[in-house]
Amino acid sequence: MIVETGHFALVLALALALAQAILPFVGARLRDVSLMRVARPVAVAQFLLVAFAYGALTYAHVVSDFSLVNVIENSHSLKPMIYKVSGVWGNHEGSMLLWVLVLVACGAAIALLSRSMPDLLRADTLAVQGLMGAAFLAFILLTSNPFARVADPPWQGRDLNPILQDPGLAIHPPLLYLGYVGFSIVFSFAAAALIGGRIDAAWARFVRPWALAAWIFLTLGIAMGSYWAYYTLGWGGFWFWDPVENASLMPWLAGTALLHCAAVMEKREALKVWTIFLSILAFSLSLLGTFLVRSGVLTSVHAFASDPERGVFILAILIFFIGGALALFAFRASALPTGGLFAPISREGALVVNNLLLTTACATVVIGTLYPLALEALTGDKISVGAPFFNTVLIPIALPLILLMPIGQMLAWKRGDLKAALQRLRAAFAAGVVALAAFGALYGAPVLSIVSAGLAVYLVIGAFTDIAQRATLGNALARLRGLPLSAWGTAVAHAGMGLTLLGLAATGWGVEQIVAMKPGVAYEVGPYQIAIEDIASRAGPNYAETYAVMALRKGAETIAHIEPAKRFYQARRMARTEAGIVTLGFGQVYAALGEQHEDGTLDARLYYKPLVLLIWLGAVVMALGGGLSLADRRLRIGVASRARAAVQAQAAE
Amino acid sequence: MMGMLRNLSALPSPARGRRWPCEAGSDEGPAGPHPSRLRRATLSRKRERGFAHIVVALLLSGALHSPALAVEPSELLADPKLEARARSIASELRCLVCQNQSIDDSDAPLAKDLRVIVREKVKEGASDAQVRDYLVARYGDFVLLRPPVKPETLLLWAAPALALLGGASAIFAAVRRNRRRTGAVALTEEEHAQLQALGVEPPPSAADAGEGSGGRSANSP
Repeated sequence: MIVETGHFALVLALALALAQAILPFVGARLRDVSLMRVARPVAVAQFLLVAFAYGALTYAHVVSDFSLVNVIENSHSLKPMIYKVSGVWGNHEGSMLLWVLVLVACGAAIALLSRSMPDLLRADTLAVQGLMGAAFLAFILLTSNPFARVADPPWQGRDLNPILQDPGLAIHPPLLYLGYVGFSIVFSFAAAALIGGRIDAAWARFVRPWALAAWIFLTLGIAMGSYWAYYTLGWGGFWFWDPVENASLMPWLAGTALLHCAAVMEKREALKVWTIFLSILAFSLSLLGTFLVRSGVLTSVHAFASDPERGVFILAILIFFIGGALALFAFRASALPTGGLFAPISREGALVVNNLLLTTACATVVIGTLYPLALEALTGDKISVGAPFFNTVLIPIALPLILLMPIGQMLAWKRGDLKAALQRLRAAFAAGVVALAAFGALYGAPVLSIVSAGLAVYLVIGAFTDIAQRATLGNALARLRGLPLSAWGTAVAHAGMGLTLLGLAATGWGVEQIVAMKPGVAYEVGPYQIAIEDIASRAGPNYAETYAVMALRKGAETIAHIEPAKRFYQARRMARTEAGIVTLGFGQVYAALGEQHEDGTLDARLYYKPLVLLIWLGAVVMALGGGLSLADRRLRIGVASRARAAVQAQAAE
Repeated sequence: MMGMLRNLSALPSPARGRRWPCEAGSDEGPAGPHPSRLRRATLSRKRERGFAHIVVALLLSGALHSPALAVEPSELLADPKLEARARSIASELRCLVCQNQSIDDSDAPLAKDLRVIVREKVKEGASDAQVRDYLVARYGDFVLLRPPVKPETLLLWAAPALALLGGASAIFAAVRRNRRRTGAVALTEEEHAQLQALGVEPPPSAADAGEGSGGRSANSP
């Protein structure tokens, strides 16, 4: 009954989504305020309905209702509760439902948090959001219904893919989707601005918090996915330039560019057209990612042809929204007023260079991801575009961008003084060079790691140079208090990038040992030794595992014990490794098990990975910087109407 | 030459199909490590929905590929120099039955066979290029994770430069349009040099400039 109600709620939500797409839009054209205001309650009701449907599906998973196809195929009565709940989104239908849940939650958030927004803008924004909701709800109901039943329910389900039975499943997808789909708000705002033909600094102030929030979630989601891969894979790889990863990186790059140019637009009313374009691009790339992952086109163009229903449906949605938005853009952009001017050497100029490099990187990832598909479709030739390609072409784009980051922070708006900026960064440059020399003396190779580490130190110091110099100018406290939180946000986020870069650089200094370990014998891993003390077996809730107790020693002292394991999941008859990891400072020692041999030896991979945690901690720090910016008073929602007056006053100066 | 031919016939066939994921517990993969408790798993016949799971697994995990050991201790070459070369070659070769994994990372049986072949070739004294050519002759360009530069891939390799140039010229055009609109002045020699130092495409003519600073940053109200 609950399941049927959930199904019904989903159908009702589709009807409301259509109403939300049509009524406010018509109202906006007729300048009928009461019609326009229909959007808000409808958006909230639509969210509640989808949330109910989602709750119903979760309920079915929790009580192991094996009359649902979705539950049979992805659950098992013995599965731990955390994976019963998070397993809801561990499959195609459920994850699409989560996708739509986030989409309608975004709509409800606009409806609830936009009191100060002009009726017209809100109506058009919610109409576009409603249209997207309608498209994806129709997709779920017509091609991917999670509520489908079977006539003869089995006694037991087939269990969730063991790879997904990990706490990472509970955290990574919701964060990623909040990021991915969060950009839909920005997309709707851009479309509404193009429809209404009005765009000003106030628009940028409405948009920037949403873009910032989406970016924070996307940053955390990507980092979480990367760390999950790292500890699950058994050899510590964390980024593979897989098309699915690229699908999340593309909107991240576009979103990062968007944050920076929205700052210009908000402050200086410049780069309006470009801000609109990036707003459309960020979510378009999220849609492209959804298409790539959901259609099956990734594995092979032929797999796409063999299961065309879903793929073609998403492709149609993709073409409609991206094509529609771009057409609107082409039609309207030239009519948008251009804003404030600035000298090439200025904060704005630096942000333009930032945008140029970020969008170049983004375009490179898009082309690298789609090229093999396009080539195979056109000529039948199969090529692979993998990590070596992306590393080769993106490093020359990324390193100059990082070099420019602190310089951009130092330049004044409108018109900056490059020489003075470089002079103020002397300490950061010096620190970078010292770090470069120190790492060079310590490790000697590889050159890329040493250069990157030097750059990373320069970036971290450079990020805070402006703030530090203000503090030393006298009356430090008052000066620091007067500094907007967003300035802290910028510094913290840039420093986070520096930490990530340092972690990436340090991967070049890791130590790997692939050995057949004899129990009791110690094996060198960098500065540590690892020895197997015991090998045993035990049973988990829905798996059996064999584990090795390993002692980690430094000289005579035992620092820690780790228990890398191999698990076997009975329901799917699949195995997976559980790495044993010890965190020492920012570095880790990592052990993964392989085959056990007749003579009692156990194949194992042992790693010492210095500073590796910085890769993800850096991302967390980046997100923290985003959070600080978001907390900035000027960006707080509701301040926008007052902000508009302030902007006008500022412009009149 | 004869040895080469023999090896060629001994190569595993790609016709095993593009099964994914290259996870332990598939029919040939290393599965249960503890023979007393865990038997080698057999490939579940119920893989009809395998693809959806894979896609989901990939989407959700970001990058989860193989949960087991790729390079095994028994495969390693005794000479560390040759071994390092073999690994660097292997890291740029695709495991043909996997989704975007190098043979160095994959624990699929085919990847293991290819790793062994790479090591044999390296031991026989083949150069990196010779090893790659040998595999390309058998499997095509698909085996290379770094696509070769040739007419079909020219656009791919040129894409970053084209994007950068395209973006830079668009910015340049916009700057010129703005200047014409407002009648602002051009850059001084000094600014020109600074721009170049920044790596930005500077506007070409600094000659028709009036005085260098002043009204350029005039804000339109």
